Amino acid sequence: MIQRSLTLFGGLFCLILLMGWVMGMPFTSSRLVEAAAYALIALGLNIQWGYGGLFNFGIMGFLMVGGAAVTFISYPVNPVFWGSEGPMMLGKALLAFAAGALLVYAARKSDRIGITGKWKMALTVLAWFVAYVFYRSQLDPAAAYIESAAGGGWIGGLGGHPVLGWLFGGVLAAGIAYVVGKICLGLRTDYLAIATIGISEIIRALIKNMDWLTRGTLTVSPIPWPTPLPQEFQAGGMNIANSLLGARASYLLLALVVLGVVLWLISRAYAGPWGRMMRSIRDNHVAASSMGKNVTARQLEIFVFGSVLMGIGGAMLVSFVQIFDPSSYQPINHTFLIWVMVIVGGAGNNWGALFGAVLMWLIWVVSEPLSKTVFEFVSSWSTQFGWGAIPEIEARSAQMRVFVLGLVITIALRFAPKGLIPEVVKRET
Amino acid sequence: MTELIFFTNQVIISGLVLGCIYALGAIGITLIFGILRFAHFAHSELMTGGAFIAFLLASAFAAWGIVTPIPTGFVVLPIAMVLAAIMALGIDKGFYAPLRKRGAKPVTLLIASIGVTLMIQGLIRLFFGAGSYSFFEHEPKEVFRFDMAGIGSTRPLVITEPQVLMILVTLVSVLALHFFLTRSRLGKAMRAMADNADLAQVSGINTALVVRVTWIIAGALGCMAGTMLALDVTLKPDLAFNIILPIFAAAIVGGLGQAYGAIAGGMLIGFAETLAVFNWTMLLRPLNAILPDWMQLPPTLALVPTEYKLTVAFVILVVTLLVRPTGIFKGASS
Amino acid sequence: MPLIELKHVVGGYGGAPILNGVNIAIEKTDIGVIVGPNGAGKSTTLKAIFGLLKVTGGTIDFGGENIANSLPDKLVPKGLSFVPQEKNVFTSMSVEENLEMGAFTRTDDFSSTMEWVYEMFPVLREKRRQPAGELSGGQRQMVAMGRALMSKPTLLMLDEPSAGLSPRYVIEIFETIQRVNKEGVGILMVEQNARQALAFASKGFVLASGQNRFTGTGAELIADPEVAKSFLGG
Repeated sequence: MIQRSLTLFGGLFCLILLMGWVMGMPFTSSRLVEAAAYALIALGLNIQWGYGGLFNFGIMGFLMVGGAAVTFISYPVNPVFWGSEGPMMLGKALLAFAAGALLVYAARKSDRIGITGKWKMALTVLAWFVAYVFYRSQLDPAAAYIESAAGGGWIGGLGGHPVLGWLFGGVLAAGIAYVVGKICLGLRTDYLAIATIGISEIIRALIKNMDWLTRGTLTVSPIPWPTPLPQEFQAGGMNIANSLLGARASYLLLALVVLGVVLWLISRAYAGPWGRMMRSIRDNHVAASSMGKNVTARQLEIFVFGSVLMGIGGAMLVSFVQIFDPSSYQPINHTFLIWVMVIVGGAGNNWGALFGAVLMWLIWVVSEPLSKTVFEFVSSWSTQFGWGAIPEIEARSAQMRVFVLGLVITIALRFAPKGLIPEVVKRET
Repeated sequence: MTELIFFTNQVIISGLVLGCIYALGAIGITLIFGILRFAHFAHSELMTGGAFIAFLLASAFAAWGIVTPIPTGFVVLPIAMVLAAIMALGIDKGFYAPLRKRGAKPVTLLIASIGVTLMIQGLIRLFFGAGSYSFFEHEPKEVFRFDMAGIGSTRPLVITEPQVLMILVTLVSVLALHFFLTRSRLGKAMRAMADNADLAQVSGINTALVVRVTWIIAGALGCMAGTMLALDVTLKPDLAFNIILPIFAAAIVGGLGQAYGAIAGGMLIGFAETLAVFNWTMLLRPLNAILPDWMQLPPTLALVPTEYKLTVAFVILVVTLLVRPTGIFKGASS
Repeated sequence: MPLIELKHVVGGYGGAPILNGVNIAIEKTDIGVIVGPNGAGKSTTLKAIFGLLKVTGGTIDFGGENIANSLPDKLVPKGLSFVPQEKNVFTSMSVEENLEMGAFTRTDDFSSTMEWVYEMFPVLREKRRQPAGELSGGQRQMVAMGRALMSKPTLLMLDEPSAGLSPRYVIEIFETIQRVNKEGVGILMVEQNARQALAFASKGFVLASGQNRFTGTGAELIADPEVAKSFLGG
C-alpha cells in the first residue's frame, strides 16, 4: 500500500518535472500554486464525502464565497463609498433584515398564542412575504445608490492582509455551510446532491448580481498578494524570469504551509476516536445513532469543517489570480472537477485526495495544449492527403478538457472505483 | 384589456411553453429514477444531444431542398427521437449497465452520470464549437398576431408557430404516455417495477426489457424537449445543461418516480418562474387612476429581478425538500 | 417422477454457503412444508429454487431439466411461481393490475384464469379497482397468491404465507392453499406456524443449519417426539 502510494507520488513528481521542462518553469510554477489550492479544496470534499459520506454538489458556491471574502478583506478601501450615505442606507437595510427575521421568527412561534395548523402556516408565509418586501424596499434604493457614481460604485474592500481574507473566507463558508447543513443534511443522498447544487446556484446568482457588494460581472482586480509580487522582486533588481519564479515560489511556499498544517490536523483527527466515529456514521448511521452518537450534529460538524477548507481554498485561488470574476465560476470547473479529483485519488484517504487533486489539475490544464498539438498534427496530416485542415483548432481544443474529465471519471468508476490510493481499512487482528 | 393581453403574452404563453419543456424533461428523469433508482444528471445531454440530432436532420432536409409546411424541426422530430432513444440505450449499455451489474450504489451511478454529462458536453462542443445555431436559418419563424382591438386591447395576442406546435405536441405525448402506462402490458410492467422492483422480477417481468423501454422513452421525450427548447430560443451546447436543475426541481416537486407528478411539477415551476419575474405594474396600471398619489405603483413591481429567474426554481426545490420531500404526488421518500 | 426435486443443493449469497446440501422432492399432488429454526435456510431454499441466489452445488430438477441458477423470467413460463413473504403486492396498482402482472409472461388470453382467481377469492373481485396498498393484510396475501396463480403454475411456492396475519386469517389462508392444491397445483411452503401447517402437509421437511434433519409426512413429523421436542416447541 505504502509502496504503491510512493510509486504514484514519484510518478507525479516526474510528471511535474516533465511539465516544467516542456511548458517552462513559469507556467508550471503557477499551475503548482493552483494545484495546492485545489488540494486544499479536495481535502475539504474528502472530509465531507470520504469521511462523512455527505454528498456536497455545491462546492462552487463555497469557492465563490471564499473568493468574495478575500476580495472584501484585502482590496483597498473605497473612500467614496465610506464618505457617502451608502453605509447609512446599508445599515437601514440591515435593520430591515433583522426586523424581517424577527417577524418570521414570531410567526413560527405563533402556536404559543394559540394559532396552529393551517393558520400558523398562512401566517408564516405572510410573514416571509412581508419581511421580504420590507427588506427589498430598503435594500433596492441602497443598492441603486451605491452602484451610482455618488455611492462609489461598490463598497470596496477593507485593505486587510490577504491571509486574513483567507481566514474570513473560511469563516464565511462555515457560516453558510451551517445554514445549508441545518436545512439539507437530513435528506437522502441524491436529494442532498440536488439541494446543494441548487444552493450553490443561488449563491452564484447573488454574488453575480449584487454589484454593490461584489461588483458582480464588472470584476474586481488587482487583488493583492500575501507574498511579494514579481514587480517587487524586480524593484529589488531581479530579472523578469527570476522574479516571476521567486514570487510564485514564495506564494507556493505559503500555500504548502497552509496545506501541511491542515493535512496534519485532519490526519490526526481521523486516526483518533473522532475519525472512527465519523467512519462508523458513514458506514451505518442507524447503528451509530443506536450507539448513542448524535449523528446529525456530527454530520453538520463535518459538513462545516469541509466547507471551511473549500472557502479557504477558494480564497487562495482568487488571491493568486488577482481577479474576482463571478461569471468565471462554472459547475464543471468548480464542482465536478473537484469530485473527479477525490474519486480518482481515492475517497476516504487524504493522500489519495491530495494526489488526485494535483494529478487532475495537471491533466485539466495540459489537456488543452496537448489536444491542440494532436489536432495540429492530424490537421497537417489530413491536409497532406488533400482532406483539408481541421477548422477552429483553438476553440475545439479548449473544449477537449471537459471531454477528458468525463472520460477519466467514467474510466475510474469502472476500473478503480475506490481510487488510485484507496482508503485503508484497518482490521482488528 | 391591453393589460390582460400583455399578461397572457408574458405569463400564460411563456409559462405554458416553459412548463411543457420542463415537464417533458422531468418525465424522463422521474421514470429513470423510478426504475433505476438514481438521479440521472446526464439527462440534460440527452436533451441537448437530441436537439443537435434534430438540427442535423433539419439542415440535411434544407440541403436536399425539402420544404415543409410546418417548421422542419417538427417534421424531423420523430426521426430524431428514434435516434436519441438509440443514443440513450447506448449510453446505458456503455456506462450504467456495467456498474449496475457490479451492484454499484445509486450514488456511484449518479457520479457516472456526471461523467457522461461531461463527455457528451465535450463532444458536442468539439464538433459544434461553443456558438449558437438557429433552426430558422432557411425558413421564417412564423409569428401569429391576433388583433384584440375587438375586446378593447391595443396590443395583439402574440404566439409563434413553434410555440403552438410545441403545446400541441406536448399534449399528444402526455396523453400517449398516459395510455401507455395505464393500458399497455409493458407500461403496467414499468409501473410495477417502479413500485416494487423485486416483486416485478419475481412475477417474471422481464426487467431488462423494462429498463430498455425506460431509456427509450426518456431519450425520445428528452429529444423532444431539447428540440422544442431549441426551436423556441436557439440551439447551443449548454442548452439543457443550464436548465437541468429546474427540471430536477420539477421532478422532485411532483414526487420522484411519479410521471403525472413530473408534468404537474414542470408546469408549476414554469409558471412560478414567469410569474416571479413578471412586472405586476403592467397588469395593475389601471389602478393608478383610483389609487391616491402616495400609493402610485412603482414602474417595476416584480417579486424578483429578472436576473434571478432561474433561482426561483431552486428556492421552490429547497422549500419542497424541507416541507414535503415526497413531493405533491407522494414519490419516493427521503 | 417428482414435480420438483432438489438434490444436495449448496448455495448462498456469495460468502459462506447457507445451504449445505438440501434434499427436497414434491409431487404434483403434494403440499410440502419446510419448517425449522431461524437461520436454518428455509426461505433461502425457496429463493435458491427461484434463482434469486447463487446455487454452487447440487441439482434442482423441475419438469425434467436442471433449473439451478435460472432467472424468474425463465422459470415462471415453465410453471413455477413464488409468493415472497413481505412486500408481495404492488401497492400503487389496482388489484386487477396486480393480477395482470402475474400473467406478464403469458401471451395467450388469461381472462379465464383471472375468473378462476376471482372465484377463489371473491373479495378481490369486489376490490379489483382499488389500489392493493389500501387492502388489509389478509386481503393483500390473497392478492399476492392470486398474482402468483395468474401464470397457471404447476408448483406454487409460498414464503410464510401466514406471517403477520390474525388467527382467523391464518386458517382461511391455509384452507385456500389446500383448495389450490386440489385444483392441481403442487405447493411448497415455508411456515413458522409449524404444527398447524404440518397438520395438512403431505410432505414435511425439517431443516437446520442448511441441511435436512428430518423428512416425512406431516403427520409423521408431528408424531416424532424428537421433532416435536426440538422444533415444534414440545
